[in-house]
Amino acid sequence: MDYALILEKLILIVVILAVTLVIALYLTFGERKIAAYFQDRLGPNRVGPLGLLQPFADGGKLLFKEEIIPKTAEKWLFIIGPATAMVVATITSAVIPWGTSIEIFGRNVSLQVADVDIGVLYVMGIVSIGVYGIMIGGWASNNKYSLYGAIRASAQMISYELSMGLALIAVVMMSGTLSLREMVEQQHGLNWNIWYQPLGFLLFFVCALAECNRAPFDLAECETELIGGYHAEYSSMKLGFYLFSEYINMFVSSAVMASVYLGGYNFPGMDAIANPTVLSLLQVAVMFAKIFFFVFVFMWIRWTLPRFRYDQLMRLGWKSLIPLAIINMVVTGAVMLLNQ
Amino acid sequence: MFNNLPIPFLVLSFFTILSALYVVTSKNPIHSVLALILTFFSISAHYVLLNAQFLAIVNLIVYAGAIMVLFLFVLMLLNLNKDAEPIKSNLWGIAAAISAGLLLLVITAAFQKAGENVVKHPVEGIGLVKALGQTLFTRFLVPFELSGALFLAAMVGSVLLGKRDKVNKDLLA
Repeated sequence: MDYALILEKLILIVVILAVTLVIALYLTFGERKIAAYFQDRLGPNRVGPLGLLQPFADGGKLLFKEEIIPKTAEKWLFIIGPATAMVVATITSAVIPWGTSIEIFGRNVSLQVADVDIGVLYVMGIVSIGVYGIMIGGWASNNKYSLYGAIRASAQMISYELSMGLALIAVVMMSGTLSLREMVEQQHGLNWNIWYQPLGFLLFFVCALAECNRAPFDLAECETELIGGYHAEYSSMKLGFYLFSEYINMFVSSAVMASVYLGGYNFPGMDAIANPTVLSLLQVAVMFAKIFFFVFVFMWIRWTLPRFRYDQLMRLGWKSLIPLAIINMVVTGAVMLLNQ
Repeated sequence: MFNNLPIPFLVLSFFTILSALYVVTSKNPIHSVLALILTFFSISAHYVLLNAQFLAIVNLIVYAGAIMVLFLFVLMLLNLNKDAEPIKSNLWGIAAAISAGLLLLVITAAFQKAGENVVKHPVEGIGLVKALGQTLFTRFLVPFELSGALFLAAMVGSVLLGKRDKVNKDLLA
């Protein structure tokens, strides 16, 4: 067995996990700053220089708060809920190619944890089990509002998963592969999938918003009707995990969108750079730039659009997105057939 | 008996059987469903051990991701508990034991000689999407298309069932 490979992958996993967590931590800060900008305020600026230590203060506060488990709650499931949400949020990053490869100590280290043959399906699989954290937590709280939140979340996720999958099928048909690595490699330079699949991209983006439970699709936690929804009974770090997993989800789904539609680590003029190390680093930087662009759009939408009503959400999902996704799929197939 | 089996397989099997047993023994239906989800996960892990990545992930998407979510959804709305449980006579228990015993008999009979035909060391890449797709669209084309038609019929049927209310209202009006 190749122990060096295991060690290499282990280090990569730890690095990606740490980077994801730190980025998610700072996304909470970014969210507040962006919200402040949209509302003509200053935002958090007291803790540390420019308020940069604010997320650590928030995290510390959550850690040291009193933890309350309601007497009527199912204790174990109440604990498993946020844990599931957190785990499911972080494991998607395993199949995302963050860059090609990099030379470290004479070893060619691939910047992807697992180049599985079924990367796209893996993403869909994780998306489909993503709802359990919310469902388990909402049910275990033994609170009507929480249960409503959980049920809304699961209905919403089932509905939007379908159009998400249908939008992805069109891309898979075009690229002829389910591996995310190959998919990204096919989008060399500026040959991005978004030029061929503009409608598919739009559908996928809307569904990603819904799957992340972000506004305008945040009916699961809707404060005005459900006083927080599925996490109404949660306190301390368990609440923190729920809130945190939302930011991780946002980061990871942005990474998926960047890889599938926006060419991942590819950028125009990448052939002109001769030094492989510089090229790899630039690719990683480009990947992150694309991710942060999407994250910004997510936040921009949250602070601009009002929340949907529940029936509007369902109507949009079943009566607009799914038919559009099917039409997109059929048109893609027809064009491919004609071009043969 | 267990000496020549790989350790990952043994651990996984133990886990699978344990969670499957919990599905039947648990009194709380929600716990049963959650244990069933765990069972599906460990079955998927078995598929991965057999080099069948595609089956593993499809098993997760379809069963753990879609069907079990619907199960949970319904159970949470039903709010089943001990008070709501109907009182069953002992006959039910006896009937269940007999049918389970018969099933065991049939399964043992079926698998008694199956060991010789099991592929012990699956070929690399046999469970990958490409190999599977080629088999499905050549050797098993007719069953594949037929099951596709069946799914379509089921879909149309469920849409029709969902719409029936409205049709009746129109008829009444």
